[in-house]
Order: sequence, then C-alpha cells, then structure tokens
Amino acid sequence: MNLTEKYDLGVVKWFTIMSTVYLVVGTLLGVYIASELAFPYLNDLGTDLPYFQFGRLRPLHTNAVIFAFGGSALMAAAFYIVQRTNQTRLWSNKMAWFTFWSWNTVIVLAVVTLPLGLTQGKEYAELEWPIDILITLAWASYLYNFIMTIHIRDRNKVPHVYVANWFFMGMMVMVTYLHVVNNLSIPVDWFKSYSIFSGVQDAMIQWWWGHNAVGFFLTAGFLGIMYYFVPKQAQRPVYSYRLSVIHFWALMFGYVWLGAHHLQYTALPDWAGSLGATISLAMIIPSWGGALNGILTLSGAWDRLREDYILRFLIMSLAFYAMSTFEGPVMAAKNVNALSHYTDWTVGHVHSGALGWNIMVAAGALYHMIEKIYNVRLSQKLLAIHFWIHTIGTVTYIVAMWVSGIMQGLMWRAYDEYGTLAYTFAESVSAMHPYYVMRAAGGVLVFTGAVIMLINIVSTIRKSGSMQTANA
Amino acid sequence: MSNQNGKESIQAKFEKNIFGMYLFMALSVSLAGIVQIVPLFTNPDAVKDEVTMSDGSKQSLLWQRAEGQSLSDWKPGDGVRPNTPLEVAGRDIYQREGCFLCHSQMIRPFRDENERYGHFSLAVESKYDHPFQWGSKRTGPDLARLGGKYSDEWHILHLRHPQALVPESVMPKYKFLDNAMVDGDEIATHMSGLRKVGVPYTDADIAGAADAVAGKTEMDAMVAYLQSLGNMIKFEDGVTYRE
Repeated sequence: MNLTEKYDLGVVKWFTIMSTVYLVVGTLLGVYIASELAFPYLNDLGTDLPYFQFGRLRPLHTNAVIFAFGGSALMAAAFYIVQRTNQTRLWSNKMAWFTFWSWNTVIVLAVVTLPLGLTQGKEYAELEWPIDILITLAWASYLYNFIMTIHIRDRNKVPHVYVANWFFMGMMVMVTYLHVVNNLSIPVDWFKSYSIFSGVQDAMIQWWWGHNAVGFFLTAGFLGIMYYFVPKQAQRPVYSYRLSVIHFWALMFGYVWLGAHHLQYTALPDWAGSLGATISLAMIIPSWGGALNGILTLSGAWDRLREDYILRFLIMSLAFYAMSTFEGPVMAAKNVNALSHYTDWTVGHVHSGALGWNIMVAAGALYHMIEKIYNVRLSQKLLAIHFWIHTIGTVTYIVAMWVSGIMQGLMWRAYDEYGTLAYTFAESVSAMHPYYVMRAAGGVLVFTGAVIMLINIVSTIRKSGSMQTANA
Repeated sequence: MSNQNGKESIQAKFEKNIFGMYLFMALSVSLAGIVQIVPLFTNPDAVKDEVTMSDGSKQSLLWQRAEGQSLSDWKPGDGVRPNTPLEVAGRDIYQREGCFLCHSQMIRPFRDENERYGHFSLAVESKYDHPFQWGSKRTGPDLARLGGKYSDEWHILHLRHPQALVPESVMPKYKFLDNAMVDGDEIATHMSGLRKVGVPYTDADIAGAADAVAGKTEMDAMVAYLQSLGNMIKFEDGVTYRE
C-alpha cells in the first residue's frame, strides 16, 4: 500500500503547492516595496492612485509571507506529520478541506482589502474584523482536527506522541489566544473597527501578539517542521530526547514574555520592558537547544550534506535560526535597543529569521513532501541553484540592513563639535539609498529562487503524471 | 520514557495523555500575559494622568471639560482631549494609508530625540488612541510632536509632493487626498464607535460631527490631524512627568 492510499494526502498536496505559489507572490511584493524605498517613483508610477503605495502594499507583503506562505506550509506539514507520526488517517478529511478553503479565502480577501486601505492599523493584524472571524474558524478547525487525529491513534502502536506534534500544538494554542485578544474591537462598519484597547495597553497587547506571531507561528510551528523533516531527511534519530523536552517547555513558558522588548524606553512602564529584556536574554537557551538538537542530529551523517540539497536547506536553516536567535537577545538588551529600535536593523533581523530560517526549513519540508507524496525525484540541478541563489540573496539582504540600520542609529544620535545634532533626518534618509538598492537586489535573488522552486515542483509533478498515464 | 526507579515521569504521562498536555501548555503560555498585561489595566500608574506642579499643587494632564463645553472650547496646553471630528477623519486616513509603518509617534527620553522631536512622549497622550499608533520604524521622522511645527500650507504642499520640499524624501505622494471629501455621517458613526470603546464624546459632539466636516477634503482632515499631534499638554520645567 503506498502513502496516498494509507493517508489523507490530498489536502497536504494542495497546501504544499499553494504555499509555494504564495512564496512567489509574497517575495515579489517584498521586492516591489523594497524597490519603492530605493526609488519612490514606483509608489504611483506617475499616476494618482493609492493602491500600489508602500503604506498599502507593505501589510500585503507581510500577510502574504507570514500567513499565506508560512501558514500554508505549517498546515501542509502539520497534516502530513500528524498522520505519519501517529500512523493514522486524519480525524476528519472533510474538516481539513474546510481549513484549506477557509484559509485560502482569507488570503484572497487580504489581497482585495489591504490595497483598498481597509486595515485595523495594527502590524501583522491588519485584516478587518469579518476576516478575523473567518481566520478564527479556520484556525479552530485546524487545531481541533489536529488534536483529534492524535487522540484516535492506536495506542498500542504509538503510545507516546512524537515531539513534532507538541510544537504544533503549542503554536495552535498560543496563536488562538493571541489572535482573539489582539483583535478585540468594536465594528463601526463592515470593514472598519476600532480596537477596544488604547495607548499603552494596546501597545503591550499588540507586541505580545507581534512577538509571539514570531515566537509561536514562525518558531514553535517551524520547529515542529524541523523535528520531523530533519531526522527523516538525514535518516537519523533526533540527537537528544531530553534536550527536546527541556527546550520545548522553556519555549512554551518563556517566549510569551518577550513582547515588551519592542517597547523599551517608550511610555510603557519601565519594569515591563526590563522584564521583557531579561527573559529575552534567557531565551538563548531554548533557542540554541533547538538549533543544536537539529544540527547534531546529523552526527555521523555529515557526508550526506555533500549530495542532498534538501538536507542542505534544512541544516542551513538551523544555522540561520541559531544566528538570529542570538541576534534577538542582543537587540533586546536595553543599551543595544536604544540604538537599534526604529531602524532597519530590526527589519534585517526579522528577515534573517524569515528568509534564513522560515523559508529554508519550509523549502526543505515542502520539497521532501513532494518527493514522498508523488514518489518522484526533483531536479537536483534546480535544487542546487535554488539553494545557492537563496542563500546569497538572504546574506545580501541581511548585510544591507545591518549596515543601514546601525548607520541610521548612529547618525540620529551623532553630535558635532559644537554640541548640536550632526545630521538632519533627511540626510540619514539619503544615506540609506545604496543599502536600499542592495536590499532590493537581495530580494530579487530570493524571489528568483522561489520561482525556480515552483518550476521544479510543478514540472516534476507534471512529468510524474505523464509517466503514470504512460504506464497505465 | 520512564526514569531510573521505574516511575513514569510527568512528561511521559503528557505524551500519552494529549489533552493533559494541551491543558498544561495552555496554562504555561498564559502566565506571561497575566503578569505583564493585567497590571497595565489595574495599576493607575501605568497611565499617569496627574502631576505635581512646582508649587505643590496637583494638576490633571487630561482636559477638564466643563458641562456644556464643546471640543472647540479647548485651548492648546489644556490637556489631553478627544480628537475633533475633522481630526478623527484625518486619523482614519493616517491609519488607512499605513503612515504608522514609516513614522513613529513615540519620542524616547534621549537627549538627541528631545532635541530633534521634542519632549518625550507620555502614556496619557495616547489614552484616547484606538488603536495606538506608536509605530515601530522610522523610515521617516517621528511625528509625536509634529503639531504646530509647520504651517498648514507646508503640509499640503508636502503631502502633494514630498520631494518638492524635501528632495531626499522617499515618501509617496498623497495628492489624491485633494479629490476626496470627508463623509459627515460616517465620521459621526465612527465617533459613536470610539465612544463605545471609551473616548469621552458627548451627544452634542457626535450630533455636530457632520456639520464640522462639511465641505472638507481628506487633505484638510489629514492636515488637521497632523497639526493636533503632541501639543495637548503644556510641559513645564521642574515638573516630573515620569519617574
């Protein structure tokens, strides 16, 4: 019996393919808005239209990469992993398709509403209230189906639930809290509402959401991906069970505190910011615990990296994960944050996580699932090209933002020999131009890699389809 | 997994009982929110709205509105007040265009920021801001104390074509604000929505909203909002605004 007969993989297939499509769309939007900052003419192309301006497309870019691409990758991987590791079909295949269609409807609605300027005005939670309700339904169906699938496993065959599942569950619980609380608002119209929170409380709740969208959606969930696909692709067991237990619970307890480090030196009471910064420092332990556990899984199998490009994606992602989870606590330290806050350094940090960690680990997982589900072998040449072009693009992006971010911070606080501010704000803006061009160039490479990924996947699937018909 | 003396660990029990594990996770991720967020609602010091003046008297930082006074009776320095109808319209546009993605409204207590932008921001200044618009990135300068810095004419020219006044600017052009009118009934509805979430508008404020914005363009609204930023409190020397 092959995989597709034994498990419900139709929904996994479609989430996998849509995730790749959204990666292409999301990175294209990223390239466009990055170019707008380098060449402001692109905001309106000489017209009088608001729809392509930075302020309207930026939320579309973040929603496309985090929720469309990242969300679809998480859903594909979760529905795949929960079946494989619990050796059972989904509790409800129908409900999984509901999750698929509702999630994709959310994405279509985002594409329509955000360029129209319909937004709640909160970062990463821009979508207006009717869409938020649909997100809640999609998410609840995802969570319920996932847990019930674990519940119906054969306890004699699978007594203990595998670690990847814990991480997915943790993400599902926390994201439910975050999404519901942060979006509490009073509607005044079909597509306009006002947050029930204001000022300092709204700021704290927003960054509790904002940082944990990173901490749970983009970290815990993607660690779930890592814990299944790294051992599978390396064909080795996870390096340390004990380490996985420790860093899992440390992450569940600790990550939630970090939001306040986004608000240091603001009107948020000082104790809250300091608490956020202190726990941020401690988070290096669970973060590196996860990174090491993944990388050391390769012990005794390092030679595989030489020919296996899917494994290279997975391991390189862990290297970037380790780097950006080191950078994070550094930037949370108050004296560093005083410089880095409000600058491009933050943007660079986010992208070292998003491009280096999330896209790479997801690419590894999506490639792996395509090969297993369709029982095919992807073009190794295209995999190699994608790997290198993506890595170079990511490094280009991050370096550009390090330089521009630190430079901004230093220019803003610089004094001349007479004790007056050395630079006007406008001078700092014009100094950024070369780095904004460089960043856009890095983005073009990442986008090109995403296109190559889509071509590789689609052409391999089509070839396998024609092979099957030929055999029949 | 079992430990050496053969007894099953809690972790091992969780791995078999998935609902138990689920509940424990739900509990452990809740703690931080309870410790960090709840005190911001319960402790009045989180949004301090009263200061001690140099002569020892207490003064509220909120506008003390007398019975029957309208929003136009407020004078600069009287304290934090709700936005006027035209400013509400402007703020809606500010939010719609995603201005907060490139401009912060939160000045930190550093010497360079105080010289560049003005007095550091207080929590009470965004008390009526649903949602808050502190921002997280300064692609352009902070706007927390923009009000009164430039003339209305400057703002209009700048919004229409930023590069005409600041050649280095990467800001988009907002000429289209000239062509759209503010809808009075819509603003009245928005103000009653804001009242529901806690902004102290009177019935008269809401009833007068449509008249207040009649004949105004979105450009007028935007400029009115920008001119309102940061001049509600009159800061005095020798007063501690924040411990």
